[in-house]
Amino acid sequence: MADEWKPQIMGIICNWCSYAGADLAGSARTQYPPDIRIIRVMCTGRVDPLFILKAFTDGADGVLVSGCHFGDCHYLEGNYKGAKRMFMVKSLLKNIGLEDKRLRMTFVSASEGAKWAKVVEDVVKTVTDLGPNPLKELAP
Amino acid sequence: MAEKKTKKETASKKKETPKAAVSAKTEKAPAVKAPATEQKKARVGVFICHCGTNIAGSVDIPDVQEYAKSLPNVAFADNYQYMCSTPGQSKIIAAIKENDLTGIVVAACSPRLHEPTFRTATKEGGLNPFRFEMANIREQGSWVHMHDREGATDKAKDAIRIAVAKASLLQDLVPKTVPVEHAAMVVGAGIAGMQAALDLANAGIKTYLIEKNPTIGGRMSQLDKTFPTLDCSQCILTPKMVDVGRAENIDLMTCAEVENVEGYIGNFDVTIRRKARGVLTPAEAEAKGIVGGGCNGCGDCEAVCPVIKPNPFEMGMKPRKAIYIYHPQVVPLIYTIDWDSCIKCGLCVEVCGEKKAIDLEMKDELVKVKVGTAILATGYDLFPIEKKEEWGYKKYENVVTSLEFERLICASGPTGGHLVRPSDGVTPKKVAFLLCAGSRDNTGVGKPYCSRFCCMYSLKHAHQIIEKIPGVQPYIFYMDIRSFGKMYEEFYYRIQDEGAKFMRGRVANVLEDPDTKNLLINAEDTLLNRPIKLEVDMVVLAAAVEPAAETDRTRKLFGVSRSMDGWLLEAHPKLNPCGTTTAGVFLAGVCQGPKDIPDTVASAEGAASAASIPIHKGEVELEPYFAQCIEEKCAGCGMCVNLCPYQALSLVEKEGRTVMQVTEAKCKGCGTCGGFCPGGAIWMQHFATPQIIAQIDAFLIGGAK
Repeated sequence: MADEWKPQIMGIICNWCSYAGADLAGSARTQYPPDIRIIRVMCTGRVDPLFILKAFTDGADGVLVSGCHFGDCHYLEGNYKGAKRMFMVKSLLKNIGLEDKRLRMTFVSASEGAKWAKVVEDVVKTVTDLGPNPLKELAP
Repeated sequence: MAEKKTKKETASKKKETPKAAVSAKTEKAPAVKAPATEQKKARVGVFICHCGTNIAGSVDIPDVQEYAKSLPNVAFADNYQYMCSTPGQSKIIAAIKENDLTGIVVAACSPRLHEPTFRTATKEGGLNPFRFEMANIREQGSWVHMHDREGATDKAKDAIRIAVAKASLLQDLVPKTVPVEHAAMVVGAGIAGMQAALDLANAGIKTYLIEKNPTIGGRMSQLDKTFPTLDCSQCILTPKMVDVGRAENIDLMTCAEVENVEGYIGNFDVTIRRKARGVLTPAEAEAKGIVGGGCNGCGDCEAVCPVIKPNPFEMGMKPRKAIYIYHPQVVPLIYTIDWDSCIKCGLCVEVCGEKKAIDLEMKDELVKVKVGTAILATGYDLFPIEKKEEWGYKKYENVVTSLEFERLICASGPTGGHLVRPSDGVTPKKVAFLLCAGSRDNTGVGKPYCSRFCCMYSLKHAHQIIEKIPGVQPYIFYMDIRSFGKMYEEFYYRIQDEGAKFMRGRVANVLEDPDTKNLLINAEDTLLNRPIKLEVDMVVLAAAVEPAAETDRTRKLFGVSRSMDGWLLEAHPKLNPCGTTTAGVFLAGVCQGPKDIPDTVASAEGAASAASIPIHKGEVELEPYFAQCIEEKCAGCGMCVNLCPYQALSLVEKEGRTVMQVTEAKCKGCGTCGGFCPGGAIWMQHFATPQIIAQIDAFLIGGAK
């Protein structure tokens, strides 16, 4: 059974850089594990800490937030503000006893298809090593 | 345990918040339909695209369709070979009417490709176009899991479930139309910028042409001849320079840089720094009340100036004074003071006399202009080839770059067109041309890309020395000769026939004979599979090109991304090579990637055409992803006001309390405010909190799982 377990990972990624980078990985046919589901937002600045916490209480095993590189944000500085919040959420996760590694923020530009594939591979590996989200079992 | 429970409670409590927010929203603006009430009767149609075998090859379409039918709110599901085709779109239009659908989901390629197509179809079917949501099952599905049919199929099902959840909550939205300023801006006045500006001006558009150097013309004005026609570069360039200088619609600003950019397509507010050139134009002089004054380019000042500096236009091989022009054909013909070397002796002011053109106390000036669209044409610099130490540039005098060679062979250059060795002034008899110098280099020192025009100009260089120096022998060390353009391959044959020797292989190193200053080349002939040792008089490095030094600063001002190699990123490499992801900003010439002159001019004309469309149309539609304030929930804390990078939010007094207000024309819809608001009082249209929460729930706890 343990071998068959596949993590459920939610990706919230920005339209202009990481989503375009993920599309580029697609047109280049760069293969990566299928264990991530994408929700598109215009900017990582839009990512409310609530979204992350909601995902974990819903039983997500990992969350990936990915945006533009610093200085490259389509909206000037949304990614700085998004990143700052992610630090806050990470420390919150730690405080409630959940591994903060389950949440990851990365920066993938529209031209970095290969990097996107690597990021997903890495996140899937990290989360697989951590095992299922303990909150899932507690869920009613 | 307790901690976890608390967290869960908080989360579920927060989950209530958006719903409350929705009802609040409804009371405030009855025009916007509340998703909460509509959720029960949402009827979503799901359409799954095969995309030939692109999707169907890795995704079990019938299985996915059966699954889609089982999802809550799905009233209809269908599939088709190519959803984007006319019959595919007709299916959507017909289904909306026949099944009384309220939302559409198309599971196909990326929304970055076909969202506009399907929005139009949704609209034709009688629904608001923003009631459409796309599930990306190709670029982020079948194409990246080509050999994992089960994984790709599961992912497609989840993607559709997530999309249906959002489509069930989508609202009617109306794009905002804003007027477009009847003016454009072009940054960089090389051949690309000049061509773009001329086209815009000829189309009747006021165009601001910004150039950081004292003259226009760019790199092309430094070249001697152009391949393969062997036209003199200056001869074909200067008429265009004159046209730019004379064009009524072009406001040419040299010695100028973009300082700041605000606004959006149709209404960019650009601040330009006009650097103090120390010399007044006739127009500026007249404005100051000096009748008949201003610089007329007579050059008397230059003659008396005691400071001598290398001229960057001549690659430092010719002197200039502290008050200078680059070359005799500059446009505008106005002298410029180099403040770093000027000693303010005042001799120039004296000799200028009554014209009173020189002002040694001139200060930078900031000018504000409003434009509808902008074109970046910031060009390139040579890669600092001294970083490839093995070829000895800057170490050995007789190793020069191709741009230095252009000046040395040019009749208006430092040697009057007589090619000589920098070490002793002797005409070389054996000249080696090293191609791919820093291009196609995977060592991490050079550039991985092909600089695209070095092969051709090196062939031209070989021709030029054969033409000018009797008995000369050019040797060309190449990896591949890339002569891909019109009449290029024919030119290559011609140079072969003229007697240039071609050696296929990259040069390992170049060493100098300290006595003769001749150069010893060690290479491998990969066709004959044997080492080569060759002594030559001179080495010319066809150095790679890289984005011009200021490119990064400029692109950030305009919000343009860059590719991994530093060149500016186009909206689509094939179908939108002049556009960028920032609406209203376009790219021309080499700043987007290496191009020869014909390609540069073509791209400039393309950019000018694209940039003129919104201006001629007179108005543009902005995507209605604005933030809105749910006033009942707003505590007036003002945190969002400080977060907004566009100053779109402000605090106002309403009914005796402070609430936030959005200026829609300034809001670009990033959602940074909405991601922060502690009270959940900000409604981000099309990316609203309840919509995103529904997507998260659908993924993790929803559906038929």
